[in-house]
Amino acid sequence: MNRRDFLSGIEKGLAGLPREDVESRLAFYSEMIDDRVEDGLSEEEAVAAAGSPDEIVRQIVADYPLNRLVREKIKPDRARKGWEIALIVLGFPVWLPLMISAFAVMLSLYICVWAVVVSLWAVEAALFVCALAGCAAAVMFLIRGFALQAAAAFGAGVFTAGFSILFFFFCRAVTKGVLHLTKRAVFSVKSKFAGKGNAQ
Amino acid sequence: MDIQLKRGLLDVCVLAAIRNEDSYGYKIIKDLKPCVELSESTLYTILKRLEAAGLLTVRTAEHDGRLRKYYRITQAGISRIETFKAEWKEVISIYKFVSEEGENEQA
Repeated sequence: MNRRDFLSGIEKGLAGLPREDVESRLAFYSEMIDDRVEDGLSEEEAVAAAGSPDEIVRQIVADYPLNRLVREKIKPDRARKGWEIALIVLGFPVWLPLMISAFAVMLSLYICVWAVVVSLWAVEAALFVCALAGCAAAVMFLIRGFALQAAAAFGAGVFTAGFSILFFFFCRAVTKGVLHLTKRAVFSVKSKFAGKGNAQ
Repeated sequence: MDIQLKRGLLDVCVLAAIRNEDSYGYKIIKDLKPCVELSESTLYTILKRLEAAGLLTVRTAEHDGRLRKYYRITQAGISRIETFKAEWKEVISIYKFVSEEGENEQA
């Protein structure tokens, strides 16, 4: 990859960021490539040493605060005309409910996902309580002299104990997976704001 | 390593790299290589942060027919390094205490 492709790759990925910020970053990478070339590397090698543009863009976007990305996105390129403002104000019975419902849908999806996680953990807690209760019941039966019932209760207790241990690892894996997915979702929202230009 | 701690350490590393003379991006990365491997993106973020905090100043100068940014440490930057050194004396004595305690117990 040559220097131009490298720099334009970064520029494209960061099109949604403030212009002066992008330019200052590009100048920084450009200077770095020049210095590497001066140090004896070829242009290709100097570019390769800086890393891949996609990876660089990914890191910058991940570190960028979401609210600044959004603010940059909704900021108009020019001052709005009077009729545009009038249209926005008059159109609020349309766009306000739309925005509220879009937000509500996203929120409820998010809550649904976490509700599944919470219910899994509730099952896990119930299994654990069953295990304890089974053992306790076995002891009670034994004291009263019901050997058969004690064996049955103890068996149930041991079974639920074993099952709850297995289920614990399952719950933990699911929770980790959901956390990971949440992070991915936040990142993809951010990239949407960072990637495209300010075209409205 | 704790991310907050690492951030603080890298800040001081970069300040130390420009303490004796003004330096530029590539030279900072090269000078710090024996101590810590910094990527361009990481260095950029650190330099911006230090500049915003007033610990260094930036000037653009011509070099070999192109522009290059030079970074100079400020008085505040120097005192940041001094604070770091003072604080870490304490950390080191705590470290010594902690590791010696561990060894005495094992013996």
